[in-house]
Amino acid sequence: MTPAGASVAAPKGKGQRPAPPPPPESLYVRRADIFPRAVDGFYRRLKWAIMAATLAVYYVTPWLRWDRGPYAPDQAVLVDLAHRRFYFFAVEIWPHEFYYVAGLLVMAGIGLFLITSAVGRAWCGYACPQTVWTDLFLHVERWIDGDRNAQLRLRAAPIGPAKVMKRLAKHGLWLLIAMATGGAWIFYFADAPTLARDFLTGQAAMVAYATVGVLTATTYVFAGWMREQVCIYMCPWPRIQAAMLDERSLIVTYKDWRGEPRSHGAKRAEAAGAPTGDCIDCSACVQVCPTGIDIREGPQLACITCALCIDACDAVMAKIDRPRGLIDYATFEDCRAEAAGAPPVPIRRTLLRSRTLLYFGLWAAVGMAMVLSLGARTRLDLSVTPDRNPLWVRLADGDIRNAVTVKVRNMEARPRPVRIELVGLPGGALWDSLTNERSAARGLTITVPADQVEKRRIYIRAPRTAPDNYALRLVALDGEPAGDTDELRFEKPEEGE
Amino acid sequence: MADTNLPSVETTHHEWDGIEELNTPLPRWWLWTFYATIIFALGYMVAYPAVPLLSTATAGMLNWSSRGQFAQEQAAAKAARAGTEQALASLPIEQIAADPRLMGAAVEGGRAAFKVNCVQCHGAGAAGSPGYPNLNDNDWLWGGDLRAIHTTLEHGIRHPGDEATRMSQMPAFGRDGILNAGQIADVVSHVRVIAGAEAPSRSAQRGAQLYADSCAACHGAEGKGDRALGAPNLTDAIWLYGGDRAALTQTVTNARYGVMPGWNRKLDAATLNMLAAYVHSLGGGE
Repeated sequence: MTPAGASVAAPKGKGQRPAPPPPPESLYVRRADIFPRAVDGFYRRLKWAIMAATLAVYYVTPWLRWDRGPYAPDQAVLVDLAHRRFYFFAVEIWPHEFYYVAGLLVMAGIGLFLITSAVGRAWCGYACPQTVWTDLFLHVERWIDGDRNAQLRLRAAPIGPAKVMKRLAKHGLWLLIAMATGGAWIFYFADAPTLARDFLTGQAAMVAYATVGVLTATTYVFAGWMREQVCIYMCPWPRIQAAMLDERSLIVTYKDWRGEPRSHGAKRAEAAGAPTGDCIDCSACVQVCPTGIDIREGPQLACITCALCIDACDAVMAKIDRPRGLIDYATFEDCRAEAAGAPPVPIRRTLLRSRTLLYFGLWAAVGMAMVLSLGARTRLDLSVTPDRNPLWVRLADGDIRNAVTVKVRNMEARPRPVRIELVGLPGGALWDSLTNERSAARGLTITVPADQVEKRRIYIRAPRTAPDNYALRLVALDGEPAGDTDELRFEKPEEGE
Repeated sequence: MADTNLPSVETTHHEWDGIEELNTPLPRWWLWTFYATIIFALGYMVAYPAVPLLSTATAGMLNWSSRGQFAQEQAAAKAARAGTEQALASLPIEQIAADPRLMGAAVEGGRAAFKVNCVQCHGAGAAGSPGYPNLNDNDWLWGGDLRAIHTTLEHGIRHPGDEATRMSQMPAFGRDGILNAGQIADVVSHVRVIAGAEAPSRSAQRGAQLYADSCAACHGAEGKGDRALGAPNLTDAIWLYGGDRAALTQTVTNARYGVMPGWNRKLDAATLNMLAAYVHSLGGGE
């Protein structure tokens, strides 16, 4: 425990250097433009595949149909805020079952630990929406303006009709993609075909237009203008992930013991007898980097491990006839071993270790628990609230009457006939407020509409001598099991009251 | 593996336990964002109530206020309810009961109106107390169907100045010297016997004759009461003023004169309908 204020730089604090640094030029810097060069290779192709898959999932999902019968919407994935229902293919979730969403979040959390401990910041490099859309926007930019060098030339070129046309085309396309992105979002919250028609004819709700507007703006600004700034300055991920990496997590790293000293003319240097590394300082790795960093300076916060520098460097190594992997996925531990002369470790060993297996076990356990509970959950339930004021009512013939409010929840997309039965309470009978005491019986039949909660006020009468406890049992009359029973106390006057 | 000595970044030259603080400049857009928030705040101050003055505050150019918004939302809710309220005010109670949706609205409205106007005597759960009827049970002095309840609410019970009020009066048999104390005790015995609260006795036998002479006219030969007169049923388990000997002796000696105000001058037609529906819904409605 350090004394309070120890972290504040005291005038004669330990470790403070005597000479204060010169004040910096400015407290602020403008964003340096980054024009990543196109690259091809294994990881680039992997990124294309993941990008295609994620974008397809995002844009196509709301249009998938799933037949749920006449009483429920037929959209496969639908967040129905108005009726507080969440539909996901065969699964339908009610608000009180929000723990499934919590379970998904727990799985996402553990999944994040798992992925991070195994392959480092793979989320950032491959699957993060910021990465995916930035990649898409970069691709559009290359398609209009050409690759890195052409883009640099265009930036330096004076304003002219060609430049203006290209700029207009680029930003127009970006805005179109951004609008499609914002537009796809709202289809998750309403019937997609209907909403699309309403949206285009100006019939949709204001909130739909507002949402599309906001998401269009954020997509355009974040993927078009801010890009790596989002990752470096706005996102907590790099900080969190840095805390979750350990010495055995895969990160993209430059093997300096192999690359240094960098040599521009390797043959000449070798002839002169000077030591040469494999790195020829061609700066391919810097030119392809979407966050504009130099990976050869070591692991750093701004590296999103997209592995494009690996592809770029491997291509160069192939050209100069050196083995691949000067920049490669590796762990701190392997790096130390390799620098000391050990052979490279196969990736399998890195992925399968106790930490990742433990995370995977936890993750799978939560998933299995959710699947099992989804399979076992009843879609019909009863909740009973007894009246508290008055607790009991004396009837004219001396019997005692209790009142309860029951809610029968039918979570299936079809109307269901149910019976609420009295268990115990000899001589007792019940009826509900829609009928009267003349129809009192041992049970009450209700048809609960599809996907609804039926609320009834139920009266239970019994002789004064009735036992203290009884129960209400819910029985489905369509032959399916639904035995929900609520234990209750029969309230009655004290002796002599 | 390279060290993390980034040549491109300078440090503040603060170092603690080997950890150095980088001196990374903020991005310029961060500053712009800050300026944008200031501009937004200025705009907000112009558009919305913002600056506190001595006794009030600036209103803002949009003339928005939380009270104004509340009033708007209230007006919208009122407009949405207008049809229902119109029906509740203009239809007779029997027609309201025929429409489940309308009846549901009436019961809920009655629940609220009851809390304001009725709980003082009948209690929050309408369970009453000695002298004030329990409205949950199935025992009614003047009738328990919707119309009867509505009439009781409208004109009250023994409400002075209302021609149509429910009116009846039991004689004060003891105070007015109609029966002496012994006879009253006998009548009380008889009443407790027919109510099933006592075993038959000599006193009760004597009381039976007295009952037939003095009480049966209103309460009926068997003591079943008469709703036309608001005469209670003496044979059931429910006593408005208590069924023990002391309470009954008091009742027969001095009589009771329970009153309830007629509400037709205080409450509007819709509220009367709603209250009738609510009381009827408490489980004893006929």
